This record gives sequence, C-alpha cells and structure tokens, in this order.
Amino acid sequence: MLRIENLCKTFHKNQLDEKHIFQNLNLTIDKGDFVTIIGGNGAGKSTLMNMIAGSIFPDSGKIFIDDKNVTSMPEYKRAKLIGRVFQDPLKGTAPNLTIEENLSIAMLKNSSKNLALAINKQNSEFFKTKLAELNLGLENRLKAKVGLLSGGQRQAVTLLMATLIKPKILLLDEHTAALDPKSRDKILSLTKKITDDEDITTLMITHNLEDAFSFGNRTIMLKHGKISLDLKGESRQTIDPSVLFDDELTL
Amino acid sequence: MNILISTCSQGLIYAILALGLFITFRILNFADMTAEGSLTLGGSVCAVLIIGGMNPILSILAAGLAGSLAGMVTGFFHTKLKIQAILSGILTMIALYSINIRIMGKANLSLLSKKTIFKLVGDTQISNFLVGLGICAVLLLIMDLFFKTRLGVSIRATGDNEQMMRAQGVNTDSKKILALMISNFMCAVSGALIAQSQGYSDVNMGTGTIVIALASVVIGEALIRKSSFIYQLIAVVVGSICYRFIIFLVLNLGMSPSDLKLFTAVVAAILLSLPTIKKIVTRSVKNAKN
Repeated sequence: MLRIENLCKTFHKNQLDEKHIFQNLNLTIDKGDFVTIIGGNGAGKSTLMNMIAGSIFPDSGKIFIDDKNVTSMPEYKRAKLIGRVFQDPLKGTAPNLTIEENLSIAMLKNSSKNLALAINKQNSEFFKTKLAELNLGLENRLKAKVGLLSGGQRQAVTLLMATLIKPKILLLDEHTAALDPKSRDKILSLTKKITDDEDITTLMITHNLEDAFSFGNRTIMLKHGKISLDLKGESRQTIDPSVLFDDELTL
Repeated sequence: MNILISTCSQGLIYAILALGLFITFRILNFADMTAEGSLTLGGSVCAVLIIGGMNPILSILAAGLAGSLAGMVTGFFHTKLKIQAILSGILTMIALYSINIRIMGKANLSLLSKKTIFKLVGDTQISNFLVGLGICAVLLLIMDLFFKTRLGVSIRATGDNEQMMRAQGVNTDSKKILALMISNFMCAVSGALIAQSQGYSDVNMGTGTIVIALASVVIGEALIRKSSFIYQLIAVVVGSICYRFIIFLVLNLGMSPSDLKLFTAVVAAILLSLPTIKKIVTRSVKNAKN
C-alpha cells in the first residue's frame, strides 16, 4: 500500500545547523495495516508524515502509494489519496463555515468544484447519519459554525472529514495530544471504530506508549531518522515499555 | 429630497466596490491593494469604449473583464511567484497607473456629451438611483448564490483555512486567483459606473478608494450583526450608503473636502479596532471590580 525507498531528507543543507533527518529510510506498509509510530522529539515522525502527504519533499528517494510513484506529486493532488488529521484541532476545519459546509468539502474531495450547490437534501441526510455515528449530538447542528465547537468536537469532525471518502492512507499526527482526557478517549475510540469499519490503512503518531502498543497491529520506533524498532502482532503485547525508556531517554 | 436620492445612488455605486473588497478582505482574508488600480482601469476602459461608440452597458462588462485580468495578475504574483499578498496588489496597482494613462491616452477623459447607462434610462435622479439599486440587487443575488455552490464554498474555505483545503485535495492557488478575479471584476464595474455617473474618467479616481470601501464594510458590520451570508452582503451595501451620508453631513458641517481622506481613515481605524477596544474595556472593568 505504502512503500518508501531510500528516503533522504536534510534540513538547513550546507549550513552550520545542518540536520540529517533521514538517510536511506526504507519502509513498507501493507494494505489494512494500522501502524503506530513512536519516537523522541526530532526523531523525524512528523517529517515522515509531511513527506508522505507531500507538505514537504524529500531530497532523494521514492514514495509509492498503491504502487503509484507520488514522490513529486503536489500536496493537493496527493490529498485525494490521503486522509489527514493534525495535532491542532483548529487546523482540520474551517471555523467560519458550517458543519455541513465543512463536510461537503470533504465529500467533494474527488469531484470537480463546479457551480452545483454545495449542500443539497441528499448529502445533508448523509452528513446527518455520519454525524450521528460520532455520538456527539452534532447531527442536529448541521448549520452551526464549526468555530463554535469544542476542540474534541472539532477533532471528531476532522476525523470524519478525513475518512468521509475512504482514503488509501489515513495519517494521524498526534491527533489526540491537544485534547482533554475525556475527548482524547472519545477520539481514540472513534478512530478505532472508523478504521476498523472501513478497513483503512492507518499511520498514527503517538507519544503515549500504552496507545502505541494497544492500537493497531504494528509499531515502529524512529530514532535519529532510522527505524530502531519494528514490532508486529503478538510481540507487541509482550514488550516491556521500560526497555524503550532505557533505550531512548527523550521519548 | 434630491440630495437624499443622489447620495443613495452614489452609495450604491460605491457599494459594488465595497462588495468586491468584501470578497478579498473578508472572505479570502487577502489585503488586496489592486482594487484602487482596477477601479480606475474600469473607468478608463469604459470611457474609451463609450467614446469609441460602444453600448454603455457592454462597456461596463468589458471594464469588468479588464478588472478581472488585473486580479489575475495579482493572483499570479502571489500564488505562483510567492510575492506577499499586499505587495502583489501594490505592484499591480502601480503598474495600472501607467496602463490607465496608456489606455486613455491622457490623464482623463470626458464623457459629458456621450451616452451613458444613466442617460439610457432617462437621466433623472430616480432613474439613476434605480440603476444603482438594480445592479446592486442583481450582484447581491448572484454573489449569495455563487458562494453556496461547490466552487463558492471552496473559495470561502480557502480564505478560512488554507492548510485544511490543501489537505482536502483542493488547489488553493486557483481558488485564490479566481476570488481575486471576481473581486476586481466588481471593482472595475464600480469604476465604470463612477465614470459614467460623474461624466469623466480620471487616472487618480481610484486613490483612497480602498479605505472608503473598507470603511463601508466595517460600518455595515457595525450596523447589521447577522451571520447569514446574504445579511453580510446587505450590510456592506448599507454601510456604503451610510458612509456617503456621513461624508455629506461632515461636508455640510464645514469640513474641508481635502480632509475627507483623513476623516475616512480615522473612522475606518476606529471601527476596525472596535473588537480590541471592547476587550480592553471589559478587561479593565473586570479588574476594577476585583
């Protein structure tokens, strides 16, 4: 599903603060996998996601999604294959647009932005059923501006928008880190429900080791731009997280 | 009574400019300085075409198209060449000064004995007012409808949260360029109507008009506080008419016309800073209570 070959990225090239984030990174993720990514600050987790999404481009190496080389495809084109939820709940939605207008944008991800009305009865009903599945009561607030919602509610809407049209890959960049504990649990269970129901290939960055090993079927640890740990299936249940702490103090 | 109607008519014509700026300033969140140039461009193109014998209504449309080209240039500067928004607009605006003189062949053109849209419908106070009202009403309806379409919603969302739109697979560059084209179309239409209304086109007719339009937008917002889109648009038109009445009033109270721009800037600055002032006042009231 996702294949990364010999990926290299250096920030501030040829300057004093030159930083090699990745040197020949290789990674293959299978269809339907839910991979959690852990690693200390500066390990390259977010950079990796930004490169998969096309927000930044690698210096060399190749990225394939579904065997299609997307390495130089601009972000907005690649976005048709990718669903994305950022850490900041404000980033994923347009505050001055209504809930249904926001959802209509996600709905039309692969359609032309023509002069047909953005909201009609049919998609309005569809949004209602989808929002009802979130269990937040948002199905009765279709015409409310998203800016009026709480961070947790906004993140739930963002998650729904990222998956309304099933993406090839879902990228979750610490998408619960900025939420209060209750909203965090809610968003995590929604994440599990949606990705299970739709069988979406998912990459989730997290700073929470418990989440990292209890979610999904594979865990990758990044350290200095290299994969220092790659656990699949059963082995994830038996690992002692304290080993990781010894190994990586900045985790 | 006559003065009342003619003040309203003037407000309506300038409202088209204010609506154009509403698109860039409020919807797109883009401080577009092109407007002053494209307003004059509208006036110049329209004047030259009318003198050349073109139908005044068609020449308004042609002026609008010229304006949208100016908007496209600004959009190109900003999105493709990555020049700052405000600077992109200033570059186009300055370039248009020379272009406008090229178009007219000199610094101003008179339309006094020529056919204008106002003369077509009778050239009375009432008919002039109705022309302005009709054009404004049509533009309001088209804008309200357009910004509910898929394309319109994606322009609004681009202004609201560009990063999200890119993550949603939208080419935000093209949306910005399109919004700038629509906005400057309206600025130029406004310029064409101003030229036809005052009977001449002048290379300096655009100077300071951004502040006038901005003042109209904020006056309207202060008067009509509704969040639905059509009310926001109506507020802009009402704001523009109010602005004309305020100007009429202060001139009658003896203010020198050359002080008007200072006055307008101060009014706009005060209204724009109202939210901040309110915050400071409520905070100090709270502190005083504690």
